[in-house]
This record gives sequence, structure tokens and C-alpha cells, in this order.
Amino acid sequence: MTATAQVHSNEVGKARLRKEDAHLITGRSRYTDNMVLPGMLHLAMVRSPYAHAKITGIDVAAAKASPGVMAVLTGADVAAEQGSLPNAWPITPDQKAPAHPSIAVDEVAFAGEVVAVIIARSVAAARDAVELVDVNYEELPVVLDLEEAFTDTVLAHPSLGTNLSANWVFDSGEAGTGAPVEEALANAEVLIERTFYQQRLIPSFMEPRSTVVDPTSEQLTMWTSTQIPHILRLMLALTLGIPESKVRVVAPDVGGGFGGKLQVTPEEIITVLAARRMGKPCKYTETRSESLMAAHHGRAQVQRLKLSATREGIVTGFSVNLLADMGAYLGLVTSGVPILGAFMFNSIYKFPAYRFECNNLFTNKAWTDAYRGAGRPEATFAIERIMDELAVELGMDPLELREKNWIKHEEFPFTTVCGLEYDSGNYEAATAKAVELFDYAGLRAEQLRRRNSNDPVQLGIGISTFTEMCGLAPSRVLGSLAYGAGGWEHAQVRVLPTGNVEVVTGSSAHGQGHETAWSQLVADRLGVPFENVEVLHGDTQVSQRGLDTYGSRSLTVGGMAVLAAADKVIEKAKVVAAHLLEASEDDIEFSAGNFTVKGTDTSTSLGEIALATFAAHNLPDGFEPNLDSDATFDPVNFSFPHGTHLAAMEVDTETGQVRIRKYVCVDDIGVVVNPMIVEGQVHGGLAQGIAQALYEEAVYDDAGTLVTGSFVDYLVPSAPDLPHYITDRTQTPSTTNQLGAKGVGEAGTIASTPAIVNGVLDAIRHLGVRDIKMPCSPSRVWHALEVAKTTGGAQ
Amino acid sequence: MASSKTITVEVDDVSYTDDVEPRLLLVQYLRERLGKTGTLIGCDTTNCGACTVHLDGVSVKSCTMFAVQADGHQVTTIEGMATDGKLAPLQEAFHQCHALQCGFCTPGMIMQSASLLKENPHPSEAEIRDGLEGNLCRCTGYQNIVAAVKSVADGVEYGDSGVSASLEDAQNAGVS
Ligand code: FES
Ligand code: FES
Repeated sequence: MTATAQVHSNEVGKARLRKEDAHLITGRSRYTDNMVLPGMLHLAMVRSPYAHAKITGIDVAAAKASPGVMAVLTGADVAAEQGSLPNAWPITPDQKAPAHPSIAVDEVAFAGEVVAVIIARSVAAARDAVELVDVNYEELPVVLDLEEAFTDTVLAHPSLGTNLSANWVFDSGEAGTGAPVEEALANAEVLIERTFYQQRLIPSFMEPRSTVVDPTSEQLTMWTSTQIPHILRLMLALTLGIPESKVRVVAPDVGGGFGGKLQVTPEEIITVLAARRMGKPCKYTETRSESLMAAHHGRAQVQRLKLSATREGIVTGFSVNLLADMGAYLGLVTSGVPILGAFMFNSIYKFPAYRFECNNLFTNKAWTDAYRGAGRPEATFAIERIMDELAVELGMDPLELREKNWIKHEEFPFTTVCGLEYDSGNYEAATAKAVELFDYAGLRAEQLRRRNSNDPVQLGIGISTFTEMCGLAPSRVLGSLAYGAGGWEHAQVRVLPTGNVEVVTGSSAHGQGHETAWSQLVADRLGVPFENVEVLHGDTQVSQRGLDTYGSRSLTVGGMAVLAAADKVIEKAKVVAAHLLEASEDDIEFSAGNFTVKGTDTSTSLGEIALATFAAHNLPDGFEPNLDSDATFDPVNFSFPHGTHLAAMEVDTETGQVRIRKYVCVDDIGVVVNPMIVEGQVHGGLAQGIAQALYEEAVYDDAGTLVTGSFVDYLVPSAPDLPHYITDRTQTPSTTNQLGAKGVGEAGTIASTPAIVNGVLDAIRHLGVRDIKMPCSPSRVWHALEVAKTTGGAQ
Repeated sequence: MASSKTITVEVDDVSYTDDVEPRLLLVQYLRERLGKTGTLIGCDTTNCGACTVHLDGVSVKSCTMFAVQADGHQVTTIEGMATDGKLAPLQEAFHQCHALQCGFCTPGMIMQSASLLKENPHPSEAEIRDGLEGNLCRCTGYQNIVAAVKSVADGVEYGDSGVSASLEDAQNAGVS
């Protein structure tokens, strides 16, 4: 089977305008905070100002007496029912984790942790009363720095006896997927050792998190701004001991997630507890400051790297030693994020030996978890930065060095040193296209001119060739990594008596355009008009099964389930068609919505069959009068999108100001369903990756208070901060799914960060600057240049 | 609690008279009292622009003013932009150029863009970017937003093919 054989490409490949837009551009949106229910009460959280403290007493009397306040709950009040927030990924059997109550009971471990909740008749009344809660804290020493945390001098959770949550190792020598790395490093002709820092980032979805819980009636209903209604429903049931069948979770319009809403949050649990107590609907919407402080963060790693190579530039071994910041607790997949990166440090290269070791450490900061790319941006940054360092050491063009080491087009499928089988790819093609669009030679010449003339504005060229594993994930692989769930996805296709089609998907979108893309898939497969397909999602009562949206999995997993369900519809309808057309089933052909008796023009349409099935007057004996079909798809492998990103960076050596002069990316994401949506995903991904390189960082002071606690200080880039991206694609279809698709949600974020930083360094390395910690802000760049000046370049 | 004040505000062509607390923000008044939930709140420091509306035809962040300050004024929200069931040119352009993903920044972006084009009907790309500086979008990377605003400035007319003219491409034909 060729990858695209079964798809009639009428809709697939078209830049269909989005079905999702109409209500969003007219203000008829249904974000959770827009919801109002009769008798609804409002919550406000009392949060710890201290990063680490014992709670020695809470006086809520004044708050309770405040106008409009109905109740105040503390951790002690709900201790018996609140359970512990879930971590679904115990990466080692002996992983350590503190209990994680939604409302702290006797100790807080980061600033922003909830210690009490006000329930009041209005938001204003609730917030007013927050100030009136008198909490007595006994401050404890804080540990904030990762390297310090590793020494266990100060403990984030003294009761654990250590800051180390887990130590996880992959060694190609032990795994039998490659040679032992120690030998390679010992025999290195060239050895590059570097330490890179992945700063802490905040996902910063634009819609603050909001939850409404209605406890009336028999089934508890939660509307919440989440990426994971299905997982959340299960986790609510497990955490609170409610039968799963008594919980309904709805994700209405969700204003962005980027991994940041892939969580079971304390605030969601608290809203359930409050609603149950009061017997009335309750709503909680966080302020932006609360969001920045208490919604999970991402990245935050120290990467200690050793790369060995021959003088000719062939890499012989790569050793990665990570310190990964869990923050104060383990969230849903906190502990697994570094592991998702473990298999990607070798990227597109044929390294013969590789070792990865990760120490997951607790600190007294907000807990970390998935943020766009989750583990893979960190890995890609490390390898792409150090490949540039090797190129400098060898005096070799960094593109040439990469080409010497990457997997050649004709070598696919290729089993990597991590044991992953890359099914397809063409790094030569993507790179050639990027180099041409970029005018690589021209910009290198200009770089030389500026260098020779001592131009105050220096030019650098940053390269990032990358791949990622996405389409999470084959359930067996997740099982082997001790993840608590599978990686399949579910879909249902229903043909209504009118011939219109409803598609139910377990992959719940929050901006990705599933309604449009799934309509395109089904329109092609069933031969019905795009307009006649309706996609339903994001409500566990409508979509009973699903594993939700993350890890660039929607199309390659969820989309395949949709196609499989559509195929089952066709199979069922064929039986009816044969009956109605008085032919043998083997003689019925299906094409473009019509069932035809082979070699004749006798035919009937899917719509006619749907109506006949609905009426059920004349069906084959024993035929169940229903065409609707379910399918659950479990991928056999990941998909491996790749691409080449090139950034021309101008650095003003007098001010430290950095400007992106040109950004070119050529991505190979396989077969594309909707190029318009793909383009949007690439742009948004690039913006977030560039933001890590240049703008964003969650900064804490020495006491563990978040300094970047508002959008004044946490610099989410705005339009003038970002360039016009030049984007293009090559297309090597994935062979692991019938569509040939690969996934695009995270590619831009993964690839762009190292491209930008490599470009900045390439501009000023000759002035003695060897590294700059991200974000490369004007002051950091300027300082690096000053230090290089005074030390003559030796750092 | 401070005593309430009576205000009369015209919002999306309807006149409302209400008693409000002096500390009630305009955005809260719009959302909570009038049910104009098309206008959204994304921050508490005047940085995100999600709450942008027009006050007497000029864009303002409705989280930065009190409802009482709107007394006697005219407010237009995203819900008042389409006329007679026809989308405003910017609404159409945002749709056509795929200038929104999750849609949360969109009402504010459209209101700010309208104000920008009123002040400067033929902005350069840089002027558009600068004009939108106070509006954050986390999804789109801004390129398609800039393109949408530009297309309105350029008077681009859109057909009804249901396909994006600017972002169509035929690359699937060339499978390597
Ligand atoms: S809500 Fe963010 S600027 Fe008004
Ligand atoms: S479209 Fe999501 S924030 Fe702009």
C-alpha cells in the first residue's frame, strides 16, 4: 500500500477555511468564564506568599463575616475528602513524591499554593475576603537552584529525606542499541563538554483557567478550560472517589493550552469540593497573576553534555546528564517530561553510542509539567547547540558537519541508538530547500564583510535541523515507560437519516481546527460534502472515550480513528446496498458517496442507505439497523516530522540588541490535510520557540517569590517582537499511518530555539562570546560582550 | 461599600441605564451585567488587550476604566461589529487569513485593528505590528493577523470558495 492510496484527495490538501471561526470572530464564544448558572457562587483562593512554610494556624472568622461570603474552606476542612492530586507517570518503581493535597493542610512548598478558599456570592466579595484570612506560617528554608537541590543541603520536602524524585538512565550499551558511550568518550579525538540551561517557562495560554461545577442533579458536571476532558474525568473519579459514571466533564471553547492545560489542577478539585458542600454551582476563574504563579511551568533543566567525535567530524558518542526541575510537586506527567526528551538527543544523527541520565529534583517553585514540545525542545536545543560547538572546534561549516552525521535519505527506515525506528525522512531535501530560500551563501558573505569591517551590527547564522517523535503514542511503548495510560484514540462516525454525518472525536481541540480537518477527512472518505459533516468533541457525555489532545497526536492518532470508523460505516452500508440493489456484496463498489454494482450504472447513495437503515423497513435478515461505527486506533509507531530552520540574527554589539533579520523554515510533516491550519501551527510554534530564545523566563527571587508574576515582567512577545516567517515544506509521507501524516503542533517550537541562539552566538563568537544563557536579552548579550572584552575572550 | 451610581451607556446601539458600584470595571459591567461575554479578560495588568472595545469610536482596554467613566458614552464591542448579519471587513479577513486559532485574543485584536485602520488607513507591516503591540496572541505568531489587517487596508475582496486564498498551496501534489 502506498501511503496515500486510499484517500480521494478532493478535500485533503485544501486550505479549507475553519468551521470554528464564525462564533469566535463575532463574540459568540463559550469560554468557561462566560458561563452563568442559577444560584452560582464564586470562589477566590487564598495562596501562600511563602515558598516553604509550616501552617501553624488559620483564622477564617473575619473572612466568614465579610459581606457576601457563604463559606471558607481550609485544607483541614477537606482533608478527609480531597485526596492527592495524581501523577500518572511513575518513571521508576521507587520514584519519590510528596502527597499533593489541593488545599495545603500543614505545609506549603511553593509560593502560590492554595491554603484556603473563599466561597461567596460574587467574585468581588470572594476576593475582598481573601485579605481577611489570617494564616500563621512558620517559614522553612527554601531550595530553588537545581544544582543546589542536587546536593540535598536544603530539602524542598524534608519528609522525603532527599530532593531526588527519581534517577532514570538509558544506556545504548546496556540496551543493546549501540556501543557503550564511556569507551567512545575515552577514545575521543575531539571532546566537547558543555553545560546548557533550559530556563523555566510559563505556557501562558491567553485564556486564564476557569472551572464551573454544577453539583445539582445526579451527575456532577464540570465545565473547565482543559485539554484533557477524558483524562480529567477519570482522575476526578479516582482522586475524589466518585463513580466515573457520575462525572461529566465538558471542555467548551478553550483559549489555548500548549500543554499548560494538560493537568488535573488543585483549582478543579477545589471547585468540585466547594460545589458539593454548597449544593450550588460554583465558579473559579484565576487572575493572570495567579495563573503565572500557580499554573504549571515548563522546561527548567540543567543539561551537562559530552560529545565525542573524530577530527573529520564524525560523532562517536554523546552523553547527557540532566538535572530536571520538578518544582514542588509531581503533576500529571511532570516526571515523564524529561523522558520524552531522552530519545531525541540523538536527533537526526547516526550516533553509535549514547547515554542519558536524568535526575528529577524537587525545588520550592511552582511544579513543572508539559509545555509545547515537552522534553523534545530541550533535547533538540542541547544537540543543535553542541553540534555548532563541535563545528567551531573543527573549523567546519555547521551544515556540513550535520550532513556528515545525519541519516541519509536512502537509509530509512533507520533504527536509532535509542532503539526508535524512524520510518521515513529526507533531511537532504529539506535542508537544500531551506538553504536556497535563505540565501545561505549570500548571508555568509555578508557576515564576513561585516566582520572584516568591524561593523557594530554583526550578523550570525543559526542552524537547527531537527526531528521529533510525535503522534503520542503506541500504547505498548508507553507501557514500557511506565506511563499510566495508553496512547490510542477513539472516534465515532454517525450517518443521520438526512445523510448528514456526525463525527465524534476523543481528541478535544482548543484552537487546532479539528472540526475543519476532521470534516475534510470524512468528506473525502465517505464522499459527502464538507459542509454536511459536523464534528463533536470535548464533552464526555458526547464523546465517551478519548485520550485528548497533546503531543501532536490528533491527526496521526485521532484522525486515523476517524478514518477507521468511516471505513466501518462503509462496510455496513455495503451490506444494505447489496440488499437494496439485489446484488452480491462482492459486486458492490464504493466511490464518492455511491455504492454501485460493478460494471453497471445501478447505484445508491450513502444518504439513501442511511434513510433506508433508519426506516428499517427493508433490510437484510439479521442486519442491525444502524450504520454508526466506532473505532479505536492505537498507532504502531511514532511519527517523525523533521525540518531545517535557519535564522539570520543581527546583534548590535554596542547595545546588545538582537534582531531577527530573516527566518526560514522548511518542515517535512508528511501529507497535509489542511495547509492553512498547518501554516498557523508552524507560525505559533515558531513564536513560542523564539520567545524562549529571546524573551521569556520565569524568575524567582531568593525567597522563592515569582518576580515575573504578571505580563509586565513575563515577556510574552507581541507583534513587533516577532519577524515575518518564511515557511515552506517538503513532503516525505510517514509510512506508519495510512494517511502519511506526521504531526505539526510542536515542530516550530522545538526547532526555532536553537536556531535563534546559534545565530546570536555565530554573530559574536569571534568577539570571544562562547555562550549566553537564555533568554538572550539585550542586557545579557551586552554583558557577555563586555565580559569577553575585559577577559580577552577567555570565559 | 461605596454607594452605587446610575449610569447610561450605549452599548452596541442599545442604551442601558444601570446602577453600578463605582469600582466596577467597564469590562465587568459589559460581561456580568449586560452579558456581553464576547469581550474577554486575559490579564490584570493592562497588557493583553483581550478586553479591547471602542469608546466613542476609539479603542480602549475596558479593564482599565470604570463603568462609571463610560456614563454618557458610546461603546462598541465585538458583538456590535457585524451589521445586518454581514461581518465587518476585519472579521471576514481574520477568517479568510486564518488569523485566529483558539480565538481568545480575537475580539480584542479585531477591535484594536479597527481602531488602527481608522487612524492609519494604509499602514505598513511594521506600523500594523506596532499598532497591535498592546494585544497579545499566544497561538498565531501574529503573521496571519498582520496579513488580515493588511488585506483590509488593501481592500482585498474575498470570494466564497470556502478556501483560504492566501494560504492555499498544492504541495500535496509533489510527494517526494
Ligand atoms: S484584560 Fe488584559 S488588557 Fe484588559
Ligand atoms: S488565537 Fe489564541 S491567543 Fe490569539
